[in-house]
Amino acid sequence: MPEITKLIHKYLRHDKKFPHVWCPGCGIGIMLGALIRAIDRCGFTKDEIVLVSGIGCTGRLPVYVDFNTLHTTHGRALAFATGIKLANPKLKVIVVMGDGDAVAIGGNHFIHAARRNIDLTAIILNNSIYGMTGGQYSPTTPYGMKTTTSSYIHIEQAFNISELAVTAGAPFVGRGTVYHAKLLDSLMEKAFLKKGFAVVEVISHCHTQFGKLNKMGGAVEMMQWQKDHAVTVEKAATMSEEELKGKFKIGVLVDKELPVYLDEYEKIRQMAMSKKEK
Amino acid sequence: MKKKPKTPYKEFLLQGNEAIVEGALRAGCRFFAGYPITPATEIAEAMSVKLPQVGGTYIQMEDEIASMAAVIGASLAGVKSMTATSGPGFSLMQENLGFAIMAEVPCVIVDAMRGGPSTGLPTSPSQSDVMQARWGTHGDHPIIALCPSTVRECYDLTIKAFNLSEKFRNPVIILVDEVVAHMREKITIFEDEEVEIFNRIKPNMPPEWYIPYVDTPSGVPPMANFGEGYRYHVTGLTHDIRGFPTSRPDEIDPFIRRLFRKISQHFSELQFGEFYETDDADITIIAYGCVARSAKRAAIDARQKGLKVGMLKLNTLWPFMRTAVEKVLNTSKIVIVPEMNMGQISREVKRVNKGSTKIFTINKVDGTIITPQEILARIKEVG
Repeated sequence: MPEITKLIHKYLRHDKKFPHVWCPGCGIGIMLGALIRAIDRCGFTKDEIVLVSGIGCTGRLPVYVDFNTLHTTHGRALAFATGIKLANPKLKVIVVMGDGDAVAIGGNHFIHAARRNIDLTAIILNNSIYGMTGGQYSPTTPYGMKTTTSSYIHIEQAFNISELAVTAGAPFVGRGTVYHAKLLDSLMEKAFLKKGFAVVEVISHCHTQFGKLNKMGGAVEMMQWQKDHAVTVEKAATMSEEELKGKFKIGVLVDKELPVYLDEYEKIRQMAMSKKEK
Repeated sequence: MKKKPKTPYKEFLLQGNEAIVEGALRAGCRFFAGYPITPATEIAEAMSVKLPQVGGTYIQMEDEIASMAAVIGASLAGVKSMTATSGPGFSLMQENLGFAIMAEVPCVIVDAMRGGPSTGLPTSPSQSDVMQARWGTHGDHPIIALCPSTVRECYDLTIKAFNLSEKFRNPVIILVDEVVAHMREKITIFEDEEVEIFNRIKPNMPPEWYIPYVDTPSGVPPMANFGEGYRYHVTGLTHDIRGFPTSRPDEIDPFIRRLFRKISQHFSELQFGEFYETDDADITIIAYGCVARSAKRAAIDARQKGLKVGMLKLNTLWPFMRTAVEKVLNTSKIVIVPEMNMGQISREVKRVNKGSTKIFTINKVDGTIITPQEILARIKEVG
């Protein structure tokens, strides 16, 4: 067994009945691999990690790994995670969500978590569709595409999750793809080590639903699409707007320092306690 | 003049909402997540001041859905947690209330009842969330709901609510009406008052032996907090004893039945109320919340007029106080159930009535309280 596979096995729950729920060729497994490698490199213990998810294909991820794991209601993972982190700041709280989970039903929680800047990592797998329920359009389904609920054509504009996170005030925002696996590893590591709210958007594919309905081919062809359309932040800086049309940036989009919620709240506690003493 | 008690004590003039906060802090609550809403806002305001004083945490979330989620998260991390809201917010909390029941996470939810449906009457009292508390969230589930009628009961029942939620690993709802929530009364707290505080039972076995949702004689499995070395899975999906999702009928059935049994087999521990002059009563008024205050006054006035009237006050609304209600149904000829709704508890009283006792109701839904005079008039009318 190669070292990299052994490493992943170290973190899997072997008492859980595999196989997993994901389709062959799905990008979630690549994302899970990156997540485990980054956790291992950061040196977190299994006991201090809390992995929180919502509902959907990505929501099923925590059940397979040997951390404190919480599979919440649809869209609410960040709100649950907020309570966990505030109650026990020593825990490293990581939230995994799909696009529908994070920015449709959970959109309100997402923008407020970004604004509040609590020390959480939000990893969002964006496959442009609701996979688990069979391929309905999501807030990231591009204009003009087909899904089972836009079988004529999709007429809405898509959310740009990373830009949304930047605008809402997240101090760290990175975007990767499941094709660029090494970049994904490093983005996750940076996000985990960031003090404050960190977002990693993972561009993935749903060849089972989205690929099939839009004649984009299988997993391999869709990953090829990711390779062809992704431009690193560094390279994008040298390109014109015309050249960037139809492409998306990958890499660290934002990394800035902002007051972190729990540090600020500690100040509130000090003020409250001194007021009580008076 | 009353004699001053010997033990040191403190007297407070508190609003019902403030007494709930004091009770919660006394019970060990150290986390509050909420969203402003009339008539529950004073609870959030007082918590935002008092929790940081005792090292706790207050957070105002983006809505009531998130508030309930954060409360569950904090409880999973080992901190006693609560939220407070009113009808519209309580509706939003139903989703994650169900999660707390399913995942067996202790927490306390205060619903200061105002008139509904929908936005309804934000500043007027009501008792119309009794059934929302019972069946508001989807699926078969057990629930505990307590209902204070005085400021002192706000304090005491909040402590009880935390104890019961920790003991049974189930959310406990405090249904307070707008009158009791906003009313001010003097409450006396003695410094040597013995207050029973119950903390969740933690596993005492090594982590590799821990089975998070195993059945026990009490029906309540020990609960490990996140970060204590017992790594396990928590889900809103129907799960097996290890916490992993299951669709096996032989695992689903015992799980759902255990959820009910852990409450039903401790029924006698969950009955809080007061029998006032019911032993010889021909007419008994069954009441709760602010209406119990009017009912007691009506019973006193009726007795002065020579009528044998008593009152059964319900402080536990769910599980329904069947034994106490059956007792007065057996001894009284007539039972009157005054409520500020269209008959949510009277229907339960009728359900358990096996004899020939006549049951009459008073249903007031105009946003004003039921007065002693109105109850007296009904006594004269039916008695």
